[in-house]
Amino acid sequence: MSDNYEPSSAIGKWFDKRLPLLTLFAGHVLPYPTPKNLNYWWTFGGILTFCLVTQIVTGLVLAMHYVADAEQAFTSVEHIMRDVNFGWMLRYIHANGASMMFMAVYIHMARSLFYGSYKEPRELIWIIGVFIFLLMIATAFMGYVLPWGQMSFWAATVITNLFSAIPLVGESITNWLWGGYSVGSPLLTRFFTLHYLMPFLIFALVILHVWALHVPGNNNPEGIDVVQGSQDTVPFHPHYVVKDGLALVVFLVIFAGFVFFVPNLLGHTDNYIQANPLQTPEHIVPEWYFLPFYAILRAVPDKLGGVILMVSSIAILAFLPWLDTSKVRSAKYRPLYKQFFWLFIADVILLGYLGAQSADGLFLIISRIATAYYFIHFLVLMPLLGFVEKTKPLPKSISEPVLSKEEREAQVAGST
Amino acid sequence: MSEDKTVTRRNFLYITTGSFFAAGSAAVVWPFVHQMNPDASVKALASTEVDLTPILPGQSITVLWRGKPVFIRRRTSEEIAEAKKVSLTELPDPEVDEDRVKNPEWLIMVGICTHLGCIPLGQKGEYNGWFCPCHGSHYDTSGRIRKGPAPKNLEIPQYVFLDDNTVKIG
Repeated sequence: MSDNYEPSSAIGKWFDKRLPLLTLFAGHVLPYPTPKNLNYWWTFGGILTFCLVTQIVTGLVLAMHYVADAEQAFTSVEHIMRDVNFGWMLRYIHANGASMMFMAVYIHMARSLFYGSYKEPRELIWIIGVFIFLLMIATAFMGYVLPWGQMSFWAATVITNLFSAIPLVGESITNWLWGGYSVGSPLLTRFFTLHYLMPFLIFALVILHVWALHVPGNNNPEGIDVVQGSQDTVPFHPHYVVKDGLALVVFLVIFAGFVFFVPNLLGHTDNYIQANPLQTPEHIVPEWYFLPFYAILRAVPDKLGGVILMVSSIAILAFLPWLDTSKVRSAKYRPLYKQFFWLFIADVILLGYLGAQSADGLFLIISRIATAYYFIHFLVLMPLLGFVEKTKPLPKSISEPVLSKEEREAQVAGST
Repeated sequence: MSEDKTVTRRNFLYITTGSFFAAGSAAVVWPFVHQMNPDASVKALASTEVDLTPILPGQSITVLWRGKPVFIRRRTSEEIAEAKKVSLTELPDPEVDEDRVKNPEWLIMVGICTHLGCIPLGQKGEYNGWFCPCHGSHYDTSGRIRKGPAPKNLEIPQYVFLDDNTVKIG
């Protein structure tokens, strides 16, 4: 590991003595000990890093052609699509890249929920992750406003108006956000500035996220601690570099499928109509990755209440390490939680579906039930399960579940 | 195999993987580089048509072509004679006046000093042509460099006379 690492070349030695970058790299990437039983659900961390870099690089080149001004924003995006060399491709990568990144982050979070990766001693990794998720939401929303189409404009109007729900100072805050009395150029310019800044904040948090991860090391599908320096771990390189690489290639095939075959599938046609402050489109929907939260917002018949509940639905994640009272990490050994986990996933997907429907009649009733269940899952089921659930016996080592019967007996015989 | 270095299956896999990775990376990098090249809207503006009727002998105008100034000068007969009599040995960048004009009366050239890109001032300098105020380059009545740090004559753009009074630059 990093303790006894020494660069092989003379220049490397000279450099590393003055700035131990090579040691840092060697300690955290190459021979970093990783549990040998990580499955493909663990590859999404690497995929997300790739997504972030892709968004930063494509965003950087788009910013070279984009004009953040209410009069010119829409035409400058059309200019990118029609005139700029490969502009259509760069923009489609960036727009679909946001969707792909959310797809990956939801899988990454679901993995953590299933295998209990947020539990002691990994609470901080999870909490930093929640902050990354929050920043991703803000970044994606602001990015969606930039093309200044009808959906951009009205999304900006609706979301900034959420702040008007705050008692007393609400209106002053919205006017401050807008830099005026309605959504317009000042808001667009500041959203562009922040949209450019936030990915770098996310990047900084990602470094903290990985740093915090490398203190206790990876969780694993069995949810039990690995014995450091034992046969439980393998070096990150080449084992997980190759595994992550393969997963990334498959992910890229899907990504490319969206970009080159159905680039507008996940978008909304109304956003190809220039923003018109005098007319709201008939049906306002956010991007698919915000739909569950949008459904929660609309489920509440009170302006302030809806905003509070929507914000809480994300904030509550940060408290999960303490809401979950079970000592067993992996849902593999928690028969009850395993079922509730899938029920929760189904509930979120249902909320996503409801978020895209009109908010009345039966849809509204179901939204309220689904919203209630979302919070019941965290506030009632998670604390309760720790006390009532009879968990399955944990394996002695991460190797045990994959050993044959003979091997297992041999191991027991060896240990006695 | 009896050779010193045997080629294994693994060598083959490494080399093919590496090659595909390199080719793929290059294909990905190219759009990111090419997006900075002149785009379709810029290329669409690549030619400029100019009406020459209002220009009298001894007058010149400057028009914008591809964002650059282009000098169009209707030369006097003295200027033409002066440009023609210069011997090539006196020139740092030898070029006869006939090669620099399509019609001796009309001198059309990019008005950017070949030294570091400033715009030379007309009918100034020691050769009665152009003089660049930035670093003191002198051009003659044919726009050829005569004295100073500039290495080349003023550039002649592509142009055609559409009729007697209209020229299309680019």
